[in-house]
Amino acid sequence: MDLLNAFVALSNFVLIPAIAYGSQLALGALGVTLIYGILRFSNFAHGDTMAFGTMATILITWGFQAIGISAGPLPTALLALPFGIAICAGLLLLTDRTVYKFYRQQKAKPVIFVIVSLGVMFIMNGLVRFIIGPNDQRFADGERFIISVRTFKEMTGLQEGLAIKTTQGITVVTAVIVVAALFYFLNRTRTGKSMRAYSDNEDLALLSGINPERVVMVTWLIVAALATIAGVLYGLDKSFKPFVYFQLLLPIFAAAIVGGLGSPIGAIAGGFTIAFSEVMITYAWKKVANYALPEAIAPDGLAQLLSTDYKFAVSFVILLIVLLFKPTGLFAGKSV
Amino acid sequence: MKKFMMATAATALMAGSAFADGHQADVKIGIILGFTGPIESLTPSMADGAELAMKEVTDSGLLLDSATVTPVRADSTCIDAGAASAAAERLVTADKVDGIMGADCSGVTGAILNNVAVANGVVMVSPSATSPGLSHNDNEDNGLFFRTSPSDARQGVVITELLMDQGIKEVAVTYTNNDYGKGLADSFQAAFEAAGGTVTINAAHEDGKADYSAEVGALASAGGERLVVAGYVDQGGSGIVRAALDSGAFDTFHFPDGMVSAALLENFGTEINGSSGAHPSPSEELSTAFADHVGGAFDSSSPFTPESYDAAALIMLAMQAAGSKDSNDYKEHVMNVANAPGEEIGVGELAKALQILKDGGDIDYVGATGVELVGPGEAAGNYREINYDGGVDNTVGFR
Repeated sequence: MDLLNAFVALSNFVLIPAIAYGSQLALGALGVTLIYGILRFSNFAHGDTMAFGTMATILITWGFQAIGISAGPLPTALLALPFGIAICAGLLLLTDRTVYKFYRQQKAKPVIFVIVSLGVMFIMNGLVRFIIGPNDQRFADGERFIISVRTFKEMTGLQEGLAIKTTQGITVVTAVIVVAALFYFLNRTRTGKSMRAYSDNEDLALLSGINPERVVMVTWLIVAALATIAGVLYGLDKSFKPFVYFQLLLPIFAAAIVGGLGSPIGAIAGGFTIAFSEVMITYAWKKVANYALPEAIAPDGLAQLLSTDYKFAVSFVILLIVLLFKPTGLFAGKSV
Repeated sequence: MKKFMMATAATALMAGSAFADGHQADVKIGIILGFTGPIESLTPSMADGAELAMKEVTDSGLLLDSATVTPVRADSTCIDAGAASAAAERLVTADKVDGIMGADCSGVTGAILNNVAVANGVVMVSPSATSPGLSHNDNEDNGLFFRTSPSDARQGVVITELLMDQGIKEVAVTYTNNDYGKGLADSFQAAFEAAGGTVTINAAHEDGKADYSAEVGALASAGGERLVVAGYVDQGGSGIVRAALDSGAFDTFHFPDGMVSAALLENFGTEINGSSGAHPSPSEELSTAFADHVGGAFDSSSPFTPESYDAAALIMLAMQAAGSKDSNDYKEHVMNVANAPGEEIGVGELAKALQILKDGGDIDYVGATGVELVGPGEAAGNYREINYDGGVDNTVGFR
C-alpha cells in the first residue's frame, strides 16, 4: 500500500507533468531539427512561430466560442487548430519568400541565416504582442479533468491523489499521432524521401531532379503545423503568454541539440530527457521517500537536489555535458 | 483647494503680523509625498487628507495660542532618495517646518529620516511606508519617526494569530521573489515558529511563468495543513493556487494582502472554500465616517488617504499635549495621544481633542484608521480577517 502511495505521488507530481511537458518540447524540437536538417540553420524564430500560431488559434477559438461552436468535453481550440496552422503556414511562407529566399540564392553561410532568423524572431515577437497583447490569455474550455484528485481517492481509497488533466491527455495523444504521421511521411512518401535526400546531400539531390523550392515549401508547411500544435498544446496545458513562448526557445533548442540536431528521433528523446531532468532534479523527494523507504532511513529534509528556481539551469547543464562529451548528440545528428 | 491655500496663506500672514511679538503663532507642517513618480496618482488625495486635518485644527483656533497651521508641500518622487532629501532639507531649513507628514515610499522615507529629520531633530510621521526596515527598535531615530501604516512585520504576526486560532500548526509558505514577498514570508516564518508552529518549506516563486507545477510539487512534498501564498493575485500567486488545486496538493490557503481581491474570487470561486485571508483595512464604520467627513471634496477611499489625515492629526495633537511646537518637546507625546487611556477621538473631532488636551485631559486618538501605535511608534494596523466560503469573501472580524 505504501509503495502504491509512493508511486501515485510520483506520478501525480513527476511522471504525468513531465510526460506532458516532454511531449510539448519534443514537438517544438522536431520543428527546430527539421529546419536544421533541411534548411541548414538554427531557427531562432521558432519560439515566436509557436506563439504566432497559437495566437491565430486563440483568436479563431474565441470566434467559435462567440458563435457557439464547441467540441463538447474537448477544448474548442482543437477545432480551431487547422485554421491556426493555415495562418501560421501563410506567415512562414511569406517570410521565406521575402527574407530567407534572398539569402538562399546568395548561398549565404548558416551563421548569416541564424542572425537573419534572429531578426525575424523580433518581428514576429512584436507582431504577436501587437495583435493579442503581452498578457496572459486563457482559452482552455471543456472538461478540465480526465480524472480529478477527489474521484481518484474515492475510487482507490489511497491516501495520495492522482489528477490527469484533459489537456495533459490530449497533449500526449496528439503528440503520438503527430509523430507517427511525421515519420510515415518522411519514410514512406515520395516527398518525404526527397526531403531526406535533400537533407543528406543537397548536390546529389539536385542532380537527381528534386525541386529544391518544393522541398523548402513543404518543410515550412510541416514546421508551421508542428510549431502551432506544440504551441497550442502548451498554451492549453499551461497558459498563453508571448514572453513565455520566447523563453521556451531555450529548452527546445537544448532538447534538439541533446538529441542530435537534424535527427527527428533525437528531437523526441531530447525533449523527454530535458523535461524529465528538469522535473526530477527540482522535485522534493521527501513524500515519495517517506512512503517507499522504511522509517529508519526516511529523510527528514526535503530531499530536493536543486531549488525550482534553477529549472532552466538544468537543461543547460545537460546541454553542456552533451556538447563536451558527445557533440553530435545522443542520436548522432550533425555536429554543432 | 486653491482658495483654501490662499486663505490659509493670507491668514498666516495676518497672524504673523498680529502675533509678531507672540512666540508660537504659526505652525508649519511639511507634506512631503511623491507628487511625481510611480505613485503620483495616489499622492494628491493623500495630501488633501493631511491638509483637511490642518484646516480643521486652524478653524478650531484651539491649537497652542490659537495658532494657524500652514501646510508646505514638497515632492519626494517616491524613488529618488537624493531629490527627496534635498526637498526635505528645503522644508526644514528654508521653510522651517515644525513637523513632517511623510514621506510615502519606504526607500525615500528612510533617506529623509536619516539625512534630514534626525540630523535636524524634526518629527516625521509617514502615512504609507511599510518596510520592516523602518522599525527603529534601538531608537536610532531619536524617537522622531512614527507611521500610521503597519509594518509588514506586523502582518506576519497577524497571520500567525489567525492561523493559530484556527488550530493550524503546520503550513507551507511560498512567496513572490521580491522585497515584499521575501520580507513578509520571513517575518511570518519567524512569528509562526515563535508561536510553536512549523513552517515545512519557505520557497520562492517567480512571477510571470506559465507553469508552476514544479514549485507546487516541492510544496506538496513538504506538506502542511495550509499553503500561505505571499504573492500577487495578478501574477504568480494565482498560478501557484491553480497548480496546487489541480494536483490536489493543497485544498485550503491563506491569502495575505497582495492576494485579497475580486480577481481571486473570479479565478477560483468556490474552489478555495475554507481558505482564509487578511489585509490591512480600517473597519467599515471608520471608512464611512471618514467619507462623510470629507464629503466628496476628494477621494476618501484612495489608499493611504485616511492614514495621511491621521498622520497630520497626530503631529498637531502631540504639539497641543506638549504645549510646544518644538519637535524635541512634542515627540514624547505622540504615543500618548494615539493610545489609551483617554477619551476616544474620531474623525472630525479634532477641536474636541484639542480642548480636552488644553484642559489637561487625556485622549485616545482613533481617527480615520483606528490608530493604535505599537513598538517604536508604528500603527498596529487593523486587519480585516476573511473567510472564503461559497465563492464570496466573508468578513470574520478585525484584528
